[in-house]
Amino acid sequence: MEPFTKHTGVGVPLRRSNVDTDQIIPAVYLKRVSRTGFEDGLFAAWRGDETFVLNQEAFANGSVLVAGPDFGTGSSREHAVWALMNYGFRVVISSRFADIFRGNAGKQGLVAAQCEQADVELLWKILENEPGTEVTVDLEAKTVRAKDFVAGFQIDDYTRWRLLEGLDDIALTLRHADEIAAFEAQRPSWKPVTTPSAAS
Amino acid sequence: MADNRGRTLAEKVWDAHTVRRGEGAEPDLLYIDLHLVHEVTSPQAFDGLRLAGRPVRRPDLTIATEDHNVPTVDIELPIADPVSRTQVDTLRRNCKEFGIRLHPMGDAEQGIVHVIGPQLGLTQPGMTVVCGDSHTSTHGAFGAMAFGIGTSEVEHVLATQTLPLRPFKTMAINVGGSLRPGVTAKDIILAVIAKIGTGGGQGYVLEYRGSAIEQLSMEARMTICNMSIEAGARAGMIAPDETTFAYLKDRPHAPKGAEWDAAVANWRRLRTDDDAVFDAEVDIDAGTLTPYVTWGTNPGQGLPLDASVPDPAQIADETARFSAEKALSYMDLEPGTPLRQISVDTVFLGSCTNGRIEDLRAAAEVLRGRKVADGVRMLVVPGSMRVRQAAEAEGLDEVFTKAGAEWRQAGCSMCLGMNPDQLKPGERSASTSNRNFEGRQGKGGRTHLVSPLVAAATAVRGTLSSPEDLD
Repeated sequence: MEPFTKHTGVGVPLRRSNVDTDQIIPAVYLKRVSRTGFEDGLFAAWRGDETFVLNQEAFANGSVLVAGPDFGTGSSREHAVWALMNYGFRVVISSRFADIFRGNAGKQGLVAAQCEQADVELLWKILENEPGTEVTVDLEAKTVRAKDFVAGFQIDDYTRWRLLEGLDDIALTLRHADEIAAFEAQRPSWKPVTTPSAAS
Repeated sequence: MADNRGRTLAEKVWDAHTVRRGEGAEPDLLYIDLHLVHEVTSPQAFDGLRLAGRPVRRPDLTIATEDHNVPTVDIELPIADPVSRTQVDTLRRNCKEFGIRLHPMGDAEQGIVHVIGPQLGLTQPGMTVVCGDSHTSTHGAFGAMAFGIGTSEVEHVLATQTLPLRPFKTMAINVGGSLRPGVTAKDIILAVIAKIGTGGGQGYVLEYRGSAIEQLSMEARMTICNMSIEAGARAGMIAPDETTFAYLKDRPHAPKGAEWDAAVANWRRLRTDDDAVFDAEVDIDAGTLTPYVTWGTNPGQGLPLDASVPDPAQIADETARFSAEKALSYMDLEPGTPLRQISVDTVFLGSCTNGRIEDLRAAAEVLRGRKVADGVRMLVVPGSMRVRQAAEAEGLDEVFTKAGAEWRQAGCSMCLGMNPDQLKPGERSASTSNRNFEGRQGKGGRTHLVSPLVAAATAVRGTLSSPEDLD
């Protein structure tokens, strides 16, 4: 994972709440076996509408999405994060994220910045009044900035640290391989295994 | 965590699986007892293992099936969609390479991942269960801590059999009283989600408790826990009891002999202590519930079938009002229309929410001797091949086909429309599945979530109905 410290890019106002992962990327686009190329499915149903925000030239190259509350609800598909990142997004700002989406974002290096809803509304106004306005997201300082507007955001300290360092979760866990092995050695014998030979 | 107060069920299971406690901001490292795998969310995880040269740590705690993409007709033929076929073939190759048990299309144990785990007896009380699918919460019906994960976490579990996680907060959903006839587990959970909203459970594990829950069968409990994620909760749990043990006894992977006795003794301790404190509590009286249906485009937008389409103008909260307006426009509904007057094109009976044998029995009872209304298509998709087999042994397939419904092979099917079972733009369904999101069942499709009883009655009348509405 690439370390993330600070990012500046065009902010995209998405005035919708409950943007579920079926909206971010519909199931028919989940059939690839790679982690790339999912940008074609991003907001697929909405992109057919020419008034949709990403179809407006000023926002087409946006990289900071500013969305309504309960972003990323529904399915656990990490494809939602890949689709956003494949398209070019580095940050999503919302007042509330679904838990699984937030976790997936943190694993992939997409910053899920949780702001107060009042700040989201102010950002929407700034971005709508002057389409193409850039937003700076500073992970170290935990701030978002657009023109002279500045607001703080929340992200859990551990995810922030991993993002700043660009650390691979699995490598971190494998440092504790001895503890995992010790735990396994004490598992009760009646717990099931999946191998068919043990079945009957 | 350090105080001496009693522990909730969720905390007990968490504690029993903590490999190491996180220090400061660091999460706990949680051991995973069972990892369920399917074709959609696993290919990139296996790729990651190959790239890093890592093996699967515990293939013997891992099991795979093909469910999301599989067609429900002509399953003896190759999958027609080449991209779906590639995904299924990729799972087969990965399972072979990494030594993972797989139940492919056509196999007697194939089915929706959340139907086959319990059916095989692999899902047991007190376990931690994960899968790259948000409806993994289903398995919490056994008193397991079960939750959906993303593909990076799938890779993490494959490589380490653990996950770094911070403990969830706990919320009690107290469902007192008893359900009235014709009201089901699906109505309980739709009412819970309507009450707390799609974000109400965020950060929590829900524990469903109370007399109405204790009276439910295991399959009904699975329906409830299944939809915990639709309230934003990662997991939902129900304390195991005699109903749980009776369901598990003699299942293929249930403990046998002395092991069974040891297991049950352990399982009996999996109850929230009397002096435990939940971070939040919600009360629902089951006796007041009637059949629920959704009118909007998220599962929290539901109402009793007796109600009418709400008027967004009367919703005070601006965000909720805007969301309701958008939903009604997408659903093509007018405020004030009685829900019973909404006519449907398709009825879908199936999914990990309501694709089990009891669901099929309930719907068949309504359809017996009746006909699906003209112009309505009804799909019956068993949750697994075993469910299909059991239904055929009871003659349910005949009830469905005589009524004019289509009897299909097992899979996720129209719940998410990854296979050819989809709504066409503008088509409307009554669906026993779990999500009424825009386009979920097919681009431009409109979904009303319902129980199997309401689905069957709706198929007969052609408009949203309960069995009471039938002659």
